Amino acid sequence: MSDSSADIRYLRFLKPNGELDKDAPTGSHDPNEIADLFRRMLELRVFDSKAINLQRTGKLGTYPSWYGHEAAQVGVAAAMKKEDVLAPSYREGGVMLCRGVSMAEILLYWGGDERGSDFAVPRDDFPYCVPIATQCLHAAGAAMAFQHRGESRCAVAVNGDGGTSEGAFYEAMNIAGVRKLPVVFVVINNQWAISVPVAAQTSSSTLAHKAIAAGIEGVQADGNDIVAVRHCMREALEKARKGGGPTLVELITYRLGDHTTVDDAGRYRQQDEVDTASDLEPFIRTRKYLASKNIWDTQLEEQFLEQCTNNIEAAVNNYLATPKEAVEQMFNHMYAEMPESLLAQRAHAIHFCDTDKD
Amino acid sequence: MAQLSYREAVSAAISQEMRLDDRVVFIGEDVAAAGGVFKTTEGLQAEFGPVRVRDTPIAEQAILGAAMGAAMTGLRPVAEIMFSDFFAVCWDIVVNQIAKTRFMSAGQCSFPLVIRSANGGGARFGAQHSQSVENWAMAVPGLKVVAPSSPADVKGLLAASIRDPDPVLFFEQKSLYGTKGEVPDGECVEPLGKAKVLREGSDVTIVGLAAMVPKALKAAEILQDKHGISATVIDVRSLVPLDTTTIFESVSATGRLVTVEENPRLCGWGAEVSSLVAEELFWDLEGPIVRVTTPHIPLPSADALEDAVLPSVDRIVENVVRLAD
Ligand SMILES: Cc1ncc(C[n+]2csc(CCOP(=O)(O)OP(=O)(O)O)c2C)c(N)n1
Ligand SMILES: [Mg+2]
Repeated sequence: MSDSSADIRYLRFLKPNGELDKDAPTGSHDPNEIADLFRRMLELRVFDSKAINLQRTGKLGTYPSWYGHEAAQVGVAAAMKKEDVLAPSYREGGVMLCRGVSMAEILLYWGGDERGSDFAVPRDDFPYCVPIATQCLHAAGAAMAFQHRGESRCAVAVNGDGGTSEGAFYEAMNIAGVRKLPVVFVVINNQWAISVPVAAQTSSSTLAHKAIAAGIEGVQADGNDIVAVRHCMREALEKARKGGGPTLVELITYRLGDHTTVDDAGRYRQQDEVDTASDLEPFIRTRKYLASKNIWDTQLEEQFLEQCTNNIEAAVNNYLATPKEAVEQMFNHMYAEMPESLLAQRAHAIHFCDTDKD
Repeated sequence: MAQLSYREAVSAAISQEMRLDDRVVFIGEDVAAAGGVFKTTEGLQAEFGPVRVRDTPIAEQAILGAAMGAAMTGLRPVAEIMFSDFFAVCWDIVVNQIAKTRFMSAGQCSFPLVIRSANGGGARFGAQHSQSVENWAMAVPGLKVVAPSSPADVKGLLAASIRDPDPVLFFEQKSLYGTKGEVPDGECVEPLGKAKVLREGSDVTIVGLAAMVPKALKAAEILQDKHGISATVIDVRSLVPLDTTTIFESVSATGRLVTVEENPRLCGWGAEVSSLVAEELFWDLEGPIVRVTTPHIPLPSADALEDAVLPSVDRIVENVVRLAD
């Protein structure tokens, strides 16, 4: 699929060679600010590879790596305000981390503990959404609530390229468009939906074009360019906050890893495609840019990585030390007030758990 | 006889039928190039090509809606819904359309199609990837509902489902995919709507489906060895049509019925079987009918919790012992 198209804007400011376009928006020329974002990206990458290792050693369940998505994730979160609401897909835990969800919570979730979705902060953000694309509708609903109460908040749904084939995605854009709801639909186009390449997903020349029929704006950005991602998200959020309605933001990147830890992408895609994508990945160019501004070097990176690793180790220890959820908890969280019929079933389940321990 | 896994039996059945009938086509998400996320359909695209074996965009309504239209115009589609939980995003096509249109067209339209799906728990996949939803399908007039427990039944019953002139929802239990068993060589077709008696006993009838069948068999062994209780074990195999003849015959003889279902407590298929037995065989019963089910909660992803709520061998044994006392 082409990056550029006559009627869809395509944003890229930080080029793959590390040069920042002189036309880059004002407010993106402070290299220290970019360095802050880069540190977040690094943290996400280290966390992600740690999570994969935990799965490989039997300490975590199936895990969907976000390897390659870091600029997109950090950029989306950086443009959002604290009071906004995120409705994420299962892969975009990196955005959640940047929003304040803790590493231990993310690990709990993928370790099979429902308490991982009971975030200490941000309380209003939505949990991971597993049924593809349905979070787009939930985000439209959150935006409806903000509009209803006259609040200056926005909802952000993050969806995948494959997710743009679901009816729910179109329906969400349509309802949001007609009511000018303050919501941004982010599509992280990482070129693959499990084994299906985006070319087998749609004949639309870009995914951003899918906005047109809903009467809303569609825009594309280089999802490996932290400056462009943050900027187009800021524009879309500002417009939504002012009553200008929803935007579809397509972030073009690449899923450098397997679909999940139980997938082997080698079964269905060519290594040279992955190699090409690896040359364009977000860290290389950001690192080059920061080095050209003399504010980043290998030594600083090593120091930062060490600090990251320590934080992540602490979170992992915290996760591993969390006592397992008790059987009764499953029942306790079913309803605000437990129906009598469930009381008996809870007693029964506790009984069998106790027998198992004998 | 060849040893096949439950997973291999799926592609064995589809390829058997595709070779015999060129109207049979197969569509779904990640089914073609990747051979299915559970590797159930490996090799099909290589053998039958990209026209008969297609990957679809991620759109379950499109998969089932297209299967419906194609079935109405001369194809015999086999469609895959990757996880049965996602029937929930395309249920309109199943319930309002596929199941009703023969009735609403006075028999003019027919739906020789099969919808296969990975169903049930035990794989630590969490609340939205582990549901046992064969009871949803059973509640809809117009559908046939099949759920095999062994590789031989996967092959035979899937082949029969593909040949059947009516729509069949075919539930594969994902925790059974790795299990192996003897599958007859050559063309293999097992009639739909027949339960199978897997073990004969005189004290109690245990009726199970899919992953509950091997558990019921194990429980029956323990009951015999440790408690001197002799149990019949019946694999229901098909919920619609339901083989009441086989079930009634056995319960008449033993006087006791225990159903073992993975469905959440309310309105699981065992409730229907129990109600039929209560109505028809009340005077033959020597004790209350007992249902062993998952509690009325979604399945958790944590292994210990999932094990705690899915019916276990121990739970079956304890319930039967209590009933037989
Ligand atoms: C309604 C529904 N159908 C199918 C699936 C199975 N599934 C999980 S991930 C996935 C691919 C999604 O691809 P994409 O939207 O591109 O997101 P990515 O995995 O690349 O982040 C599919 C088909 C699901 N979770 N929900
Ligand atoms: Mg994708």
